[in-house]
Amino acid sequence: MADAVTQVDTPVRGASSPSPKGRGFDVKRLPGFATVAWMCLLVLYAPMLVLVLFSVNDNRSVTIWTKFSWRWYEEVINNEGIQHATVLSLKVAVVAMVVATAVATMAALATTRTRAYRGLPVVYGIINQPLMVPEIVTAVATLSFFALIKQATGVTGLGYLILAHTVFCIPFAYMPIRARLEDMDLTLEQASADLYATPWRTFRRVTFPLLLPGIFAGAMLAFVISLDDVVISLLVAGPGESTLPIYIIGQLRRGVTPEMNAVSTIFLAVSILLVTFFFVLARARK
Amino acid sequence: MSPDGKASQSGSAAVEAQRVTKIFGGGDDQVVALDDVSVQIGENEFFTLLGPSGCGKTTLLRLIAGFEHPTDGRILLGGEDISPLPPFQRPVNTVFQNYALFPHMTVGGNIGFGLEMLNKSKQEVDDAVTEMLRLVRMEELRNRRTSQLSGGQQQRVALARALAPKPRVLLLDEPLSALDLKLRKEMQIELKRLQNETGITFVFVTHDQEEALTMSDRIAVMKEGAILQIGAPRDIYDHPSDRFVAHFIGETNFLEAELLERKNGAAKVKFPSGAVLPASLPDAPISPGKVSVVVRPEHSRIATTKKDAVLSGTLENVVYFGTDTHFHFRLNDGAQFIVRMQNARDSGDDFTPGQELGIAVEADAVQVLRD
Repeated sequence: MADAVTQVDTPVRGASSPSPKGRGFDVKRLPGFATVAWMCLLVLYAPMLVLVLFSVNDNRSVTIWTKFSWRWYEEVINNEGIQHATVLSLKVAVVAMVVATAVATMAALATTRTRAYRGLPVVYGIINQPLMVPEIVTAVATLSFFALIKQATGVTGLGYLILAHTVFCIPFAYMPIRARLEDMDLTLEQASADLYATPWRTFRRVTFPLLLPGIFAGAMLAFVISLDDVVISLLVAGPGESTLPIYIIGQLRRGVTPEMNAVSTIFLAVSILLVTFFFVLARARK
Repeated sequence: MSPDGKASQSGSAAVEAQRVTKIFGGGDDQVVALDDVSVQIGENEFFTLLGPSGCGKTTLLRLIAGFEHPTDGRILLGGEDISPLPPFQRPVNTVFQNYALFPHMTVGGNIGFGLEMLNKSKQEVDDAVTEMLRLVRMEELRNRRTSQLSGGQQQRVALARALAPKPRVLLLDEPLSALDLKLRKEMQIELKRLQNETGITFVFVTHDQEEALTMSDRIAVMKEGAILQIGAPRDIYDHPSDRFVAHFIGETNFLEAELLERKNGAAKVKFPSGAVLPASLPDAPISPGKVSVVVRPEHSRIATTKKDAVLSGTLENVVYFGTDTHFHFRLNDGAQFIVRMQNARDSGDDFTPGQELGIAVEADAVQVLRD
């Protein structure tokens, strides 16, 4: 319906003319639609604008504007706590992204490139479980499970946090990869087999190259999700294993400083960049 | 089912299906796609599987390609049983209905893919690609992406890709159905030329009877998982052995007649009008008595003398088609009959609806049906 509106633009806008057949109900023409839409956008984005604005404010207060300055960004760069948390966050996110994407790719192949078998819906459910179970439940469960292992083996370290991140990133990486596989024309793989390619060579030469945009998109999503996570990290992270979001929360307990505004702005910029990249990839070569 | 046995003229067949049955699904959802089908396709033959959708023609093709495996029966290639082999071990290539060109490769990359997978040297692959591009007349498009090609060009690339590894048999799954009429006509001639030049056996699947008649050496007409008749286009057209075949291919007149006792092999049928004409019999045993016969509209004409008139009826409608004219008759026994006559410069249009006229039927034009 939206398409039809954009195509036939001008003559339809004047509501006096009788609408052409099949046009039907158009949300856009409801009274107050525009107002509600603008209100929603305002509520969503005004806080971020304020955040960004006061990150370049010279004043120590985050409510009184004095003049433009990069000083909080300089402080962020020189802050050892933030440096440490950023490096840790990146370390965890990169490892979680790589492992989760690899697992998700295999899972996607196993759920789309096999003959439908009994229990396939259950498999989908299991893979997507972290999307449906409340995160706090997963976090508590993971915490006690890891505590059990730690007690039994005595092994500690960053591995636990990375493992936890990997697991909850899998469904996010899985979604775009599976979508891409389902969109892909199956006859391409048949054509490859018909032209003497063994199943492995068909995967390497046909399926994988065509799947790459999906894999990149999945990886990107997994990376952002890992970088962004609070609840699970908060519970699972050991001493000295503060990821960036955890560090920010810790600092906020002592009050909001423009420094936090600056970190958050950087964080926001990185996320927007990655998500934009994700959408570009997801639409690539469709 | 009665394959007419003319296939085995050249010794061992290029492809042979032996009593092949294919059942999809199980339990109550079971679908019999092919029911005990046997057919032999000769070397260098342009063989067409013709039938409406759901008749099993594509299933038979996919069984030969190896994408499906028979529930029962065997598929032979040059006398060897290939039924258990996966597609990549069969020297058979397919042209897909949607072409299935690899979108991430160039035209050259697509065409060379099969040879590359056969581990041919780069030089060999390059030479073969060059040769194939010349064969389909697309030399200048070698480095194009396949998405930049028109439908007809994609079709040619798909053909070149399937022909490049020099398969024993080329399978074509309704490859012309996505093209417009003009392009389709061109490709029909092109396909025939390619088959002559390469000498490869073509197995062609289509639901378009005209396409089948134009290109094929032999046609197998299929319905509901069975082959009804196999023969050269002319055999199938002039001597359909089955009501479905007669109906599916071309326009035809169905009549009731009586098959007389045979004398020295020559069969004769007697029409309700009393006229007796020689008739061809189907290859199934058939006993004297009431039979259905068919007469093609162009094998009949409006009788000029009383003696010629085998049938008679009232002219109901005259439809002019440029090259020929169709005369729609209501026969005296109530059946409909169409006479098609070519328009010559001197042929008068002196017949008007309502007239009582006699219809003459050419010798050898009457075909008795099996049913």
